[in-house]
Amino acid sequence: MNEFEVSRRRFIGASAAAGGLAAATAKTAHAAVAQTSAAPVRTPEMADVTLEVNGRRHPLSIEPRTTLLDALREELRLSGTKKGCDRGSCGACTVHVDGARVLSCLTLAARCEGKAVTTIEGLAAEGELHPMQAAFLARDGLQCGYCTPGQIMSAIALVEEGRAVSDDAIREWMSGNICRCGAYPHILAAIKDVAGSGSRS
Amino acid sequence: MENFTLANAATLDAALAAAQQPDAKFIAGGTDLLQLMKDEVERPQRLVDLDGLPLDQFSIGDDGARIGALVKMSDLADNPDLRRRYPVIAEALLASASPQVRNMATIGGNLLQRTRCGYFRDTGVAACNKRRPGSGCSAILGFNRLHAVLGGSDYCIATHPSDLAVALAALDAAVEVQGSDGVRTVPINEFYLVPGDTPERETVLRPGDLITAILVPPPGMGERSHYLKLRDRASFEFALVSAAVAIALDDGRIRAARIAVGGVGTKPWRLPNVEAALAGAAVTPTVLTAAAAHAAEGARPFRDNAFKIALMQRAVARALATVTA
Repeated sequence: MNEFEVSRRRFIGASAAAGGLAAATAKTAHAAVAQTSAAPVRTPEMADVTLEVNGRRHPLSIEPRTTLLDALREELRLSGTKKGCDRGSCGACTVHVDGARVLSCLTLAARCEGKAVTTIEGLAAEGELHPMQAAFLARDGLQCGYCTPGQIMSAIALVEEGRAVSDDAIREWMSGNICRCGAYPHILAAIKDVAGSGSRS
Repeated sequence: MENFTLANAATLDAALAAAQQPDAKFIAGGTDLLQLMKDEVERPQRLVDLDGLPLDQFSIGDDGARIGALVKMSDLADNPDLRRRYPVIAEALLASASPQVRNMATIGGNLLQRTRCGYFRDTGVAACNKRRPGSGCSAILGFNRLHAVLGGSDYCIATHPSDLAVALAALDAAVEVQGSDGVRTVPINEFYLVPGDTPERETVLRPGDLITAILVPPPGMGERSHYLKLRDRASFEFALVSAAVAIALDDGRIRAARIAVGGVGTKPWRLPNVEAALAGAAVTPTVLTAAAAHAAEGARPFRDNAFKIALMQRAVARALATVTA
């Protein structure tokens, strides 16, 4: 993990330098060819935002079109949050923003300044799994696991919202998270375990 | 998704001014707009961010409700006063989308979401009069199981997807709109346009107009309301047919009835003939079923959606039975 962090930093430093060079070259190239044809390189307009994710602040310069999902996965390399449909239909990308469960695929990262984002990576405290993570493991609430981070983020919010009052209520309030493997009965059991035992907030 | 510039607006006036630029769009919750932009159905060059504008408050009292356009669906649905006075709104909201979407989407944006017609949302399809005026309608002779049986034209039979708008139609709510020339109030039943030969025009909003609030009159004496939504699956799905009913009861008789249906019309659709059949009638199963049968009047079925007519009659009958029980 430490080695990865170091090499990652080096890589970012190297690419930032390369990026600066490319931008300068692009401007020159643009000036040179502007008279004759369309410029081969276009510099996108960037937006500056500081993303606060799992308690750490990350200053970023990103294209305005970057979703929170893509910023988490591609810029911050927090790949626990999954891209399923990328259209708000599956829930695999569910994260918490200021405590509310939302879809990171339909959230623009540049609009998240000053907001606190929590992802699946931010749940385990000092290496100890969140009770919902532990319950999903204990109840086998997954098969392939792709939807699991979104399921867990949604499940934690559901319990905190006080929706876990019956099996039907849990099913209804989990309906924004699709499980292609059909692990629903086990997911339900995991949520009931946590809801019934007095959850950690 | 194409890139765009993102402009923050510190004040309502600044937002309205920024929206005067060509190819600009407001963004609030963004749950529908970003889908449309990813699929390149919408290609704004500039987004005007409404976050932080003071339109996120609502008040519900004896003189009615005023709901700011930036109120989140989830916040409104959870309000005890709303659930008590306007159950039809709360039920419509809770039957909409998913908990995550409801935490993001706003009341104003909900009213302006675009149709779920698959031909409209797939830019790989050349012909769609709503997306490309004059290109033809692919749905009328195509796969139209989910399309409208009421209010369609030879140009478009796409349904309006909002549940909230159907509830508001039954309650005679109004939309407060601010444009460059000031504030105006539009009754919700005059807010949406039927497609006619200009299906690209869906509301009476003019370019740069912003919805600022929804206004709901107080419920009448003894009024009860209810929203019934029928879908292909139990949750997180758009309506095949929905029914919003508001009934004022007087000693076992119906004093007044207001009924709107969703999933079947090109806009939220009031059913005046059903309402007239109920006015003054005693509440019996026969009366309710006979009145609901009027829902089919004027309906025009297509290859795959004729089932919606009988389903609509039954949905109205069941919603009436529930609300008068």
